[in-house]
Amino acid sequence: MHKRRNMLKYMGAGLVLSAGLAMPAISQAADMPGVTDTEIKLGNIAPYSGPASAYSTIAKTISAYFDKVNEEGGINGRKINFLSYDDGYSPPKAVEQARKLVESDEVLLIFQSLGTPSNSAIEKYMNMKKVPQLLVATGATKFGNPKEAPWTMGWQPNYQSEGIIYGRWITSEMPDAKIAVMYQNDDFGKDVLAGLKAGLGDKAGSMIVAEASYEVAEPVVDSQVVKLKASGADVFINIATPKFAAQAIKKAHEIGWEATQIVANVSTSVAAVLTPAGLDASTGVISTGYLKDMQDPQWADDPAKKDWEAFMDKYYPDGNKASNFTVYGYSVAQTMVHILTQAGDDLTRENVLKQAASMKDVTLPLFLPGMAMNTSETDYFPIEQMQLMKFNGERWENFGEVISGEVGG
Amino acid sequence: MSVNTTTTGESQAAEQQGISLPAPAAATGNAKIMRTAGIILLAIGVAAPFLSGNFLIFQLTMMMIYAIAILGLNILTGINGQFSLGHGAFYAVGAYTAAIMMDQFGVGYLWTLPMAGIICFVVGFLFGLPALRLEGVYLALATFALAVVTPQLFKLTPFEHWTSGVMGIVISKPEAPFGLPLNPDQWLYFLTFAVGLVAYVCARNLVGSRTGRALMAIRDNPIAARSMGVNTALFKSLAFGVSALYTGVAGALGAIVVQYISPDSFHFALSVALVVGLVVGGVGWLPGALFGGAFIMFVPNIAEELSKGLSGAVYGVIMILMMYAIPTGLGGLLKAALGALSKRSMTR
Amino acid sequence: MELLAQQLITGIATGGIYACMALAVVMIYQAIHHLNFAQGEMAMFSTFIAWQMLAWGVPYWLVIPLTVVISFAGGVAIERLVIRPLGDAPVLSHIVVFIGLFAIINSLAGFIWDFTIKPFPSPFGEGSQFGGLISNHQVGMIAVTMTVLVILFLFFQYTRVGLAMRAAAENPASARLVGIRVGWMIALGWGMAAAIGAIAGILIAPIVFLEPNMMLSILLYGFAGAVLGGLTSPTGAVFGGFMVGIIENLAGTYIPVIGGELKLPIALFLIVTVLVFKPTGLFGRTVVQRV
Repeated sequence: MHKRRNMLKYMGAGLVLSAGLAMPAISQAADMPGVTDTEIKLGNIAPYSGPASAYSTIAKTISAYFDKVNEEGGINGRKINFLSYDDGYSPPKAVEQARKLVESDEVLLIFQSLGTPSNSAIEKYMNMKKVPQLLVATGATKFGNPKEAPWTMGWQPNYQSEGIIYGRWITSEMPDAKIAVMYQNDDFGKDVLAGLKAGLGDKAGSMIVAEASYEVAEPVVDSQVVKLKASGADVFINIATPKFAAQAIKKAHEIGWEATQIVANVSTSVAAVLTPAGLDASTGVISTGYLKDMQDPQWADDPAKKDWEAFMDKYYPDGNKASNFTVYGYSVAQTMVHILTQAGDDLTRENVLKQAASMKDVTLPLFLPGMAMNTSETDYFPIEQMQLMKFNGERWENFGEVISGEVGG
Repeated sequence: MSVNTTTTGESQAAEQQGISLPAPAAATGNAKIMRTAGIILLAIGVAAPFLSGNFLIFQLTMMMIYAIAILGLNILTGINGQFSLGHGAFYAVGAYTAAIMMDQFGVGYLWTLPMAGIICFVVGFLFGLPALRLEGVYLALATFALAVVTPQLFKLTPFEHWTSGVMGIVISKPEAPFGLPLNPDQWLYFLTFAVGLVAYVCARNLVGSRTGRALMAIRDNPIAARSMGVNTALFKSLAFGVSALYTGVAGALGAIVVQYISPDSFHFALSVALVVGLVVGGVGWLPGALFGGAFIMFVPNIAEELSKGLSGAVYGVIMILMMYAIPTGLGGLLKAALGALSKRSMTR
Repeated sequence: MELLAQQLITGIATGGIYACMALAVVMIYQAIHHLNFAQGEMAMFSTFIAWQMLAWGVPYWLVIPLTVVISFAGGVAIERLVIRPLGDAPVLSHIVVFIGLFAIINSLAGFIWDFTIKPFPSPFGEGSQFGGLISNHQVGMIAVTMTVLVILFLFFQYTRVGLAMRAAAENPASARLVGIRVGWMIALGWGMAAAIGAIAGILIAPIVFLEPNMMLSILLYGFAGAVLGGLTSPTGAVFGGFMVGIIENLAGTYIPVIGGELKLPIALFLIVTVLVFKPTGLFGRTVVQRV
């Protein structure tokens, strides 16, 4: 009893205290949080540890790119202070880190937070706080919904668009195809699969003869590939992350499965997927692209590649040049620099968001020729174009037009 | 009954835990110290949300949530002597219970807590039945399997209607009721604080009760306990159930505070973290849960501050050094210290 | 029927990976009577050492023995430097140290070699058998696993050191009385476990590709295999590994609706079921309890 009375007393004291402390929350330049005359503070959340740590290369590349920008004078005289925290690909941790960035570090915005689960976890918070969550590192289609979440914007082509492109291509080129799909049992795999079905339209049900999913926790996907081959399909769609995509391409080749193979864009790296799978086995594989593969010999003399190489050598010498993530990070960082430059000296959160949502035919050096970014207040998907490409045993050959795979609505 | 030289992993484990709960009739001096410490802690706990920013309040709330989960694990491992490397599974079940009730059925968040507790109790109890036959490393593997498997069950296609599959469920943050002058973070802090307090008091009472003594008897010597008429099967399953109940309530709170759940939220790393928290706090010492919660909440951040590229390695090193310094956790250390203290006062 | 045969063979091929790992798990269990959670990471690190030497141009036939020796030394060193100071700390404290080791090794490997997957050449060359269902490498891997199994059997059954190790693990106090240096026996067990882990890693990497997280799930399957077969029996462990591979593939292929999504859960469920009826695994010795 005695204890309870004490507690109440403390609680009462606390309430009185809180009334006094609630006031001084508003301080200094409230209109331009995270910005001073010499600095712009950007936040980032990436998995430096845990199961998805391979992706941390992206944040490291971005950080290195901002070093370069700063060394060259910054953006309109302001240096970028890039605060990147580890969430280990765990949504609760992502929430904690987002709150740290917004409430404790008071960043201007959060940029390139990685992964569908982590971004889903912080989306509501960011929109409530009206802090931009820009160019998120996931292709989940849900992150381009200005009506529900006006402060959240994606960057890369969304997964559904990619699926739609494959679906449409198959309907026009191989209308009698029997399709077998292997997909990763997560947001990425299911989203591409949904797009594929949308692209196939009414015939999806009859054309897809077999589906098999795998978990990231599985060591190998041999069983799935063998099962899919047994379905008698002549098109094999491989919606997998690099390690599993490589295993599947290798296995399909070993068991002599003569199917037209399509591999998801995340797994198009020549060095990290096709070489491990075997260049022989990979010949003829089809995919979509939007960035140049720096290992691809066709860009050997491209000046944009030379710039990228000079950047890697000077600012990120430990980085793996064979990794597509460095190209991705380099390009997305350039997009951010573009947005901030456009915003000029009006670096309010509102204006930065406005600039992000009004990109007109912005192109980047490492985009495939003919690609551009476009956004508007109702279109929150910066990159919607992709081009089909086929691997010829040595490099990717683009074919067909640059296709737009806009998701309806 | 034939006698063999080998003892089972479990009883060995219990022997080696090294600490048991202080007997109810401990030296009054120690009890006084503990009580004072408790009151100070309580006072700090009540004052904290008024003295810190919302971000820190959020972190402290999460810390207490982990502490409640660890408390549950402690009832199973510390009091009853059964291992579990899979308590993240019960945490996930609790979280999903709360999220689905709020999202699908529009149930108020407060009602989800008892429901999460009940469901987890049942799940834990049922899991405890086959686990009866398993001991030591075998039980460790079975529970670890549970931790790996549970997230996969939640994204299973037939359940997608309720669980939203891999996309997860977003939950709204509740406002403080009755017009209390608290912001949502402060309110959730006090809610968690209250739940934690109730959970702790119940755990203490449980340990002091007949049931608690039966549980400890099973830990210390299962065969002797059985021969004394303790229904080991029932009590071991009960321990699993109660332990899961605690962890499930923590999971429900976690879902409400984080406002989002998905299968990725419950990677088996969570189960591993709970075990680390348990050991660091002290196996069998109930208040240790709070220290364990603080450890798994804050030490990874410290490690990240020290080195981003090698944060995992730094965290690992801290863990190992911790085990060198206090192999029986904070609980073991305090017990030794208090023991030394009371011995000295007695000789004087 | 054809599909069944295919899935059986694929299951055996995949099971070979688990068997390999299960053998390493049993090895350490023989020595210390714990499961070492860092074991997969140790194997991964050894494989990276081998990969690094290959990248430096050291010939393959030299890389394997060198890696095994380095790993053995590393295992002994970890025991002496990290585990020994723990002394008689409770079991759970040991587990926390294993978790710590896990975090350290994983993080270090990522820091040094980064997380991009790397192809690892097979010592048995390319090509495959049974219409591609099982690669030459996998045949070779199973053969090596069997060979290691036989060597281990002979070692534990007939050599003085092997017998001493078993005695030290099962009853340290009595072993000490008959003059066995228990501490060194444990260190030796760690070294051997690390060496077998290195072989397992080198055999597994060409199939799953080398990266710091490659052993994360394989270790779980290895544990499952070892426990299914019986932790006290290397033969049982190898058998268990194959069983896990086969059960998993059949479940994924033939159980409708949920089979594909729940391959692993179904396999684990079956294992737990087996354990409920045979708590020490299929081949494990029954342990009788002392009051």
